[in-house]
Amino acid sequence: MATLELRNVNKTYGAGLPDTLKNIELSISDGEFLILVGPSGCGKSTLMNCIAGLENITGGAIMIDDQDVSGMSPKDRDIAMVFQSYALYPTMSVRENIEFGLKIRKMAQSAIDEEVARVAKLLQIEHLLNRKPGQLSGGQQQRVAMGRALARRPKIYLFDEPLSNLDAKLRVEMRTEMKLMHQRLKTTTVYVTHDQIEAMTLGDKVAVMKDGIIQQFGTPKQIYNDPANLFVASFIGSPPMNFIPLRLQRKDGRLVALLDSGQARCELPLGVTDAGLEDREIILGMRPEQISLMQGEPNGLPNIRAEVQVTEPTGPDTLVFVNLNGTKVCCRLAPDVAPQVGETLTLQFDPAKVLLFDAQTGERLGVVAKPQAQVHSDNVAQFKGR
Amino acid sequence: MTSLAHKPAISLSRIAIYAVLIIAVLLYLVPLVVMLLTSFKSPEDISTGNLLSWPTVITDIGWVKAWATVNGYFWNSIKITVPAVLISTAIGALNGYVLSMWRFRGSQLFFGLLLFGCFLPFQTVLLPASFTLGKMGLASTTTGLVFVHIVYGLAFTTLFFRNYYVSIPDALVKAARLDGAGFFTIFRLIILPMSTPIIMVCLIWQFTQIWNDFLFGVVFSSGDSQPITVALNNLVNTSTGVKEYNVDMAAAMIAGLPTLLVYVVAGKYFVRGLTAGAVKG
Repeated sequence: MATLELRNVNKTYGAGLPDTLKNIELSISDGEFLILVGPSGCGKSTLMNCIAGLENITGGAIMIDDQDVSGMSPKDRDIAMVFQSYALYPTMSVRENIEFGLKIRKMAQSAIDEEVARVAKLLQIEHLLNRKPGQLSGGQQQRVAMGRALARRPKIYLFDEPLSNLDAKLRVEMRTEMKLMHQRLKTTTVYVTHDQIEAMTLGDKVAVMKDGIIQQFGTPKQIYNDPANLFVASFIGSPPMNFIPLRLQRKDGRLVALLDSGQARCELPLGVTDAGLEDREIILGMRPEQISLMQGEPNGLPNIRAEVQVTEPTGPDTLVFVNLNGTKVCCRLAPDVAPQVGETLTLQFDPAKVLLFDAQTGERLGVVAKPQAQVHSDNVAQFKGR
Repeated sequence: MTSLAHKPAISLSRIAIYAVLIIAVLLYLVPLVVMLLTSFKSPEDISTGNLLSWPTVITDIGWVKAWATVNGYFWNSIKITVPAVLISTAIGALNGYVLSMWRFRGSQLFFGLLLFGCFLPFQTVLLPASFTLGKMGLASTTTGLVFVHIVYGLAFTTLFFRNYYVSIPDALVKAARLDGAGFFTIFRLIILPMSTPIIMVCLIWQFTQIWNDFLFGVVFSSGDSQPITVALNNLVNTSTGVKEYNVDMAAAMIAGLPTLLVYVVAGKYFVRGLTAGAVKG
């Protein structure tokens, strides 16, 4: 049980080489589940190794329970880690694997036996205790690796992509189990993954990393609904957010985005009035589920007719791809919508949820998310292609 | 395998393959057969018969005399080989562990330079080694000879262990460090138990090298402390009296037996260890 705080942590592998970690600042409170997520090579595993003490940081401080542990060796930090490869000791039985850390710490044998029994029961690996890791399946090895971490009752758990070696079905099962486990044990946890679904489902807090820099640190909801930049917006979400490059225009005193499907055009009124955005290359971001099928009469939301290019029925949804402003745009529609390729659909958008990004820097522009109460048909000009 | 063979097992190509193999086996066995036959012959048989003729009487006088001559040197060889093999293997294991799992600045260069040791011919180190031994006061002692063998063997043993340990994932050491284990605890409890195949390879290699060594033995030892290879040479190369081929052969067999024994006992690990990492599983 502990708090974890990273203060301006820097890491470089030598002068002249690019920084692996740059000014990492984040803090989580006791019992929170922190996700470090990002593409390969973004520094997330390095950051985790630094927290564990397996690698030294070159600047800043790592605080556990308000104590600076940056100079401490791994064994003194009271941290347990689950590795992607599980790193089970191959010559030892499951029991010996779990016991190892406790024996090294000179715990009494009776206490060790008790602890092994507790962990084995918790993870349902009692029947495997006398086997060697080589005789276990991937899922069982994963459990043993978790057991080894749980047995020590450390202040902080570190998980380094623990589910990525499992097959898809088992991965989903273990994900739920991990969440259950954390709800029960309430131990501060840092979890590295490149899987954005794990990031969204498991975390209390998510830190999205790229090139050694934290792009955004917040709750999964914030990261999803209010991404700080183009990278975060594109990385989180499946299917990913649609990005449409365009120029904003001013109409009746407010900024509008003009969408063109080839068949029709439509103006998307935006909640921003910032004059600086006018007549400038920007990127408009829209999540697939924010595009819906217009049924019946227009309800005040801007809409557009567009030709279906591709459909992907996934079961719970039908993904429909259309062309807007020369960009392929994915729309997540109800499963009972089964349009044919070439068919024309009328799609509608919620302009309040549209995000804007700078085309050059990728930074978020103007906070658009404020819903406009009077988005009515009177000021929503609709062009229906004739 | 056999259950897969639906056609008759014997075909022309099979016969050809076996014929070649059998001829190869015979060629390799002939010297051994000649040695064995000769060692059990009486001196009369040797002077009258030819190399491959069967002895008229089987006698062990050759073996008895050979053992009487070389047995002291046989024990010398054991006293030299056993400590040299064990110590060079132990240090090599530790070196390999450091060079693969605890890399330091310049460790790759260090390893590269160490590898030069594998390519140095014995002859080039004779003078510097004898100079060093002299300075250390170990000239012409068994300890000195053991020392030379250990130093010369380190390049090989380090290479073996380092290459074996490189295939062990780093995460194991990381996990053990987080579990609270230190440098030597990790080595003893995690790494060494995984090392049986490569330890066997190292023991066989070093035993064969050191037991069969002649040059270091003849240079760095003298008189009663010489190893059996030197004694065998002295015995066979005597220029006085009648050549006792039966004694020579028996002595050569005695000199060769221990390495043969090591191969038989640990040989299955040798192939396994040398190919470890080549194929997973």
